Amino acid sequence: EFRRFSLERSKPGKFEEFYGLLQHVHKIPNVDVLVGYTDIHGDLLPINNDDNYHKAVSTANPLLRIFIQRKEDADYSAFGTDTMTRKKNVLSNVLRPDNHKKKPHIVISMPQDFRPVSSIIDVDILPETHRRVRLYKYGTDKPLGFYIRDGSSVRVTPHGLEKVPGIFISRLVPGGLAQSTGLLAVNDEVLEVNGIEVSGKSLDQVTDMMIANSRNLIITVRPANQRNNVVRNSRTSGSSGQSTESSLPSSTPNILGSLQAEEESDEEDIIIEDSGEPQQIPKAAPASESIESLSQIELLHESTQNGFLPSSQMSLNHSAGSISMEYEAPEPGPKSLEEDGTIITL
Amino acid sequence: MRRFLRPGHDPVRERLKRDLFQFNKTVEHGFPHQPSALGYSPFLRLMAIGTRSGAIKLYGAPGVEFMGLHEENNTVMQIHFIPDQCQLVTLLDDNSLHLWSLKQHGGASELREEHRFTLKGPPGSPPSATQVTAVLPHSSREVLYLGTESGNIFVVELPSFRVLEDRTITPEAVLQRIPEDNCNRRSCELVEALREHPKNPDQILIGYSRALIVLWDLQNNKAIHHFLGSQQLENLYWQRDGSKFISCHYDGSYTQWPVSSDNRQSEPLENTVPYGPFPCKAISKIYWQTTKNGLPYIIFQGGMPRASYGDRHSISVIHGSQQTAFDFTSRVIDFFIIFSSDPAAEFDDPSALVVLAEEELVVIDLKSAGWPAVHPPYLASLHCSAITCSHHVSNIPLKLWERIISAGSKQNIHYSSMPWPIDGGTNIAPDPPQRDLLLTGHEDGTVRFWDASGVCLHLLYKLSTVKVFLTDADPNDNMNTLGEDEWPPLRKVGTFDPYSDDPRLGIQKIYLCKYSGYLAVAGTAGQVLVMELNDEDAEHVVDHAEADLLQDQEGYRWKGHEKLKTRDGPVRFEAGFQPFVLVQCQPPAVVTSLALHSEWKLVAFGTSHGFGLFDHQQKRLVFVKCTLHPSDQLALEGPLSRVKSLKKSLRQSFRRIRRSRVSSRKRRGGGGNASEVQEANAKFDQDALQEMELAPVQRKIEARSAEDSFTGFVRTLYFADTFLRDSSRHCPSLWAGTNGGTVYAFCLRVPPAERRMDEPVRAEQAKEIQLMHRAPVVGILVLDGRSTPLPEPLEVAHDLSKSPDMQGSHQLLVVSEEQFKVFTLPKVSSKLKLKLTALEGCRVRKVTVANFGSCKTDDYSENDLAVLTNLGDIQIISLPFLKLQIRYPCIRKEDVSGIASCVFTKYGQGFYLISPSEFERFSLSTKWLVEPRCIVDMPEVTSNNHVQNKSGTENAARKS
Repeated sequence: EFRRFSLERSKPGKFEEFYGLLQHVHKIPNVDVLVGYTDIHGDLLPINNDDNYHKAVSTANPLLRIFIQRKEDADYSAFGTDTMTRKKNVLSNVLRPDNHKKKPHIVISMPQDFRPVSSIIDVDILPETHRRVRLYKYGTDKPLGFYIRDGSSVRVTPHGLEKVPGIFISRLVPGGLAQSTGLLAVNDEVLEVNGIEVSGKSLDQVTDMMIANSRNLIITVRPANQRNNVVRNSRTSGSSGQSTESSLPSSTPNILGSLQAEEESDEEDIIIEDSGEPQQIPKAAPASESIESLSQIELLHESTQNGFLPSSQMSLNHSAGSISMEYEAPEPGPKSLEEDGTIITL
Repeated sequence: MRRFLRPGHDPVRERLKRDLFQFNKTVEHGFPHQPSALGYSPFLRLMAIGTRSGAIKLYGAPGVEFMGLHEENNTVMQIHFIPDQCQLVTLLDDNSLHLWSLKQHGGASELREEHRFTLKGPPGSPPSATQVTAVLPHSSREVLYLGTESGNIFVVELPSFRVLEDRTITPEAVLQRIPEDNCNRRSCELVEALREHPKNPDQILIGYSRALIVLWDLQNNKAIHHFLGSQQLENLYWQRDGSKFISCHYDGSYTQWPVSSDNRQSEPLENTVPYGPFPCKAISKIYWQTTKNGLPYIIFQGGMPRASYGDRHSISVIHGSQQTAFDFTSRVIDFFIIFSSDPAAEFDDPSALVVLAEEELVVIDLKSAGWPAVHPPYLASLHCSAITCSHHVSNIPLKLWERIISAGSKQNIHYSSMPWPIDGGTNIAPDPPQRDLLLTGHEDGTVRFWDASGVCLHLLYKLSTVKVFLTDADPNDNMNTLGEDEWPPLRKVGTFDPYSDDPRLGIQKIYLCKYSGYLAVAGTAGQVLVMELNDEDAEHVVDHAEADLLQDQEGYRWKGHEKLKTRDGPVRFEAGFQPFVLVQCQPPAVVTSLALHSEWKLVAFGTSHGFGLFDHQQKRLVFVKCTLHPSDQLALEGPLSRVKSLKKSLRQSFRRIRRSRVSSRKRRGGGGNASEVQEANAKFDQDALQEMELAPVQRKIEARSAEDSFTGFVRTLYFADTFLRDSSRHCPSLWAGTNGGTVYAFCLRVPPAERRMDEPVRAEQAKEIQLMHRAPVVGILVLDGRSTPLPEPLEVAHDLSKSPDMQGSHQLLVVSEEQFKVFTLPKVSSKLKLKLTALEGCRVRKVTVANFGSCKTDDYSENDLAVLTNLGDIQIISLPFLKLQIRYPCIRKEDVSGIASCVFTKYGQGFYLISPSEFERFSLSTKWLVEPRCIVDMPEVTSNNHVQNKSGTENAARKS
């Protein structure tokens, strides 16, 4: 059934309000639905948050076609590039869901229905020997569950090979977040914590840094086991194929692509006013001067989501393990060449 | 006045930073840790103290002090001033000699090491041949006589330290010139003492350990006299006219010997064992001082009867029939007598006895009857009882200052009125800019008030809280109550008393309001005392209230110490701060935070269980708030369970030390061969590595949770008049921060002054902020509409501060160990933050707002945060933009007690303990700098060289 209604383009409001409006217009207040729209290229794209809702409203020309499906019999594959042109029958499928029943398919929930617990990030800008892992502590009850220790690693310096002190993962607690990700292992050397290099810092300092960042911990490690590294520019790896040499760090591995994306949301303090309900403390509308000063402090936290790779990519990388075998170094020599980040062997 | 601050490397700001901030360790206050040697120059009227860590400190008139450090960090064994020179020689335990001199540089004198020298014997000789045991700087100032273990006396030229070999006095040469059969080579082993003849510089008295004493003629290289005692020699001293000398001995005796030109072998005039007849301990040093009235003073160290008083550290003074043995609580290092140094004077006329004990300096006035002690203006023993906390108050109003001094002077009546006798040098430092008080809380329940304005940390007044409580100790200690015929005539002197009667008396928190004279102190057993300054003695009952911080929480049992029992009925208090109310926290856990608002007459206190607010005007508890997490058993049980784990970890660390000692000894056993040593080293390294592999030090990485222990521990309390509920009305408020990152804000209703006694103070919780990073909250501060921290209570009333801006919006600054956060008020929204730990891996230990003035322009100053981190670094962070300005390494990060003891002042200075008895003073400011600046002039060497440095007491005001 079709409904036609108008919205003020300049003030679209929030997705939630819009969703409520749809439910109201269609008189389906308690039905979970999936909302989609056709963009200018004729693709069917989902509307499920403020951002893509605003995008959708802005593309209305002047009409915006919106499709609504019941969630339980939704066809997720319907969304995406070329969906409208490739599958001419999408519309009919949507309009006549009974036709669709012939096509049983596995229901996989939308990524937004899950909470990520970990991810590998910044694959495109890190040397392959390094791995930047983000652990999402917030919301989960699982302990982070790992220990670190002092140790030493071998580096290449102008004076030859040199033993330098380093920080290593010493233990993973069974059932902890760190172990469950499969991205961290005992004897991995910790190189950075949330973008700050740990070299020259004591074990206690690194411990404090990790605990201070525990709600959104990003650690860059040099895995003890170099077999499962992400291989770039290799079609078979399936990882960010668009990454190029030019984006590689030239001097230090300390490039912070996508760190602190959730900086603002990661730890909003809670306030209880007059013994009322706890609420998150909002961010004050910053005055111009405080923005400037903020930019100094949080320069490191330039937020872009670009480097974010869903954790599912990990399995691809695992499968690519056999291919990256050739990069495995049996003796420490070549390995250490990669360590200071100045020379990258591909 | 506040400049608009821009981020980045603004050159204007960078220049301003140079005008504002500067780090200096300026002076060490207190008593040197582990002193090991003492020296005095009657010529310069300066005293020198050496320590076991190789430091040497010179003191003269108050404010005149110098410090030097031997590179070797070896124990200083002896200090000798070169006669009539600004030079001194030190002997270290590695047998090296060092020549130091005071030289003027840039208008002030500086102590510098000039030369060093180690006596070398002929090849193949044993080390004892050159082991220096006695040093005599000759009055010619050209040579140094060095007596050694071998009996040789070497002559060394100054200042080059060139050995004049032809002038060495060998035992053989001495023996040849003694026509005595019963003297052999062994008689001349080990030189104990070398003394120059007071009238004839060509003669020196040589005392050998085996009781042979020889008067040696330096010109003709011959013995003029020799004296043979029967007991092992300890020391020698000339009578002023050179006609007699006195020797003291190992058996506790002393002997007088005549020196006359006719007979060459002398018999003793008199031999006495002052504390005989039973066996006595050695007399290690003796003075013989002549007086006009004929009766000499004989002053000696030791000599006590071995069996009954062998453990006493005593110095005895005998003057005619008067005899007193001054009894010290710690070992006597050395002592000297101040007497007339005018060579023309006929008599010594001693004026003072200066004793350096291991833990304090004691000066006895020998001129006044009863030989009272002199109150030292410096070198105070900060640790008479262990320091448990400190509190600094800047810029004390003159009125309060005078009242404290007057209260203190009533405590000091037993001190001598003699002016400080060590008065060399001239203090040319500018007068201290303001009157500052440093308050130290001690384990024995006392609070000491120190004048911290200048270079000399001087005790003004001592407050004891013990009288309020019933303790096992008898307050009437039997000091000075010995009967007339008590023998030996011991008399306790000094203040060092490390033994606490009851550790619960320990002072943990102090808060002094400098405008009203109200003082709050809180202690280990949950006691909070509010006091008022009273200029008269008074007897009154201390009101008593209990604050049950657990309220209706059930099923908890406190396993820690009990509360202190209070004394019933009225108690007599001496003039000074007199307690009028006692609030007892229940359970009686240690008080962890304290705040006093003298204008509202409220005192807030917190423990590991919660916090409370007490109205000390109406003497009524306003409210209590339990902050305890229900699952936190540890906090409830008290300190016991923690002690157990501490013991365990201590034991482990001892084991580790022992293990490492064993392996290092093994390494040393590797012996002479270099490759062997190397091998041993390699093996050691390998072993160490292996050990590390076996038992790696691990750190658990885990987010803090609400269930962690001691989250309820109240770390900070703060009173503020601010906008808590709405932006139109401000009201008094109390803020509390806990170990678990929670901030509570209570809205207070304080009745107006005219109805202050009629209506109760009301409090209502208005806000509770939970920091999600859950780090301990160590500081809370409200900034007014101009982003200036709110003034202290009564500061505006006394016209010492601009009234705060109540028009613009206020901001709340919460400092946790990990982050600095600014929130808006009254609606709490986060505005700014600085995540210190996430960026640098350090944690905030201490934080204070400090005012920094520019050294270039008088009218510019700004408020910043001075922060001490757990790594011992000091950082200055700007307000209100929270930008790191500058960082200085200050304390070693291993020095946990140093970091814990640090206090900042309001004007960018600070203090921390470098030993139990010494505060290091540092300055972060270019403007407020308190450091010694003094001149030591060479007094004119005339026949009358008794030049009094009268100027020492005048402060030559200098333009800063």
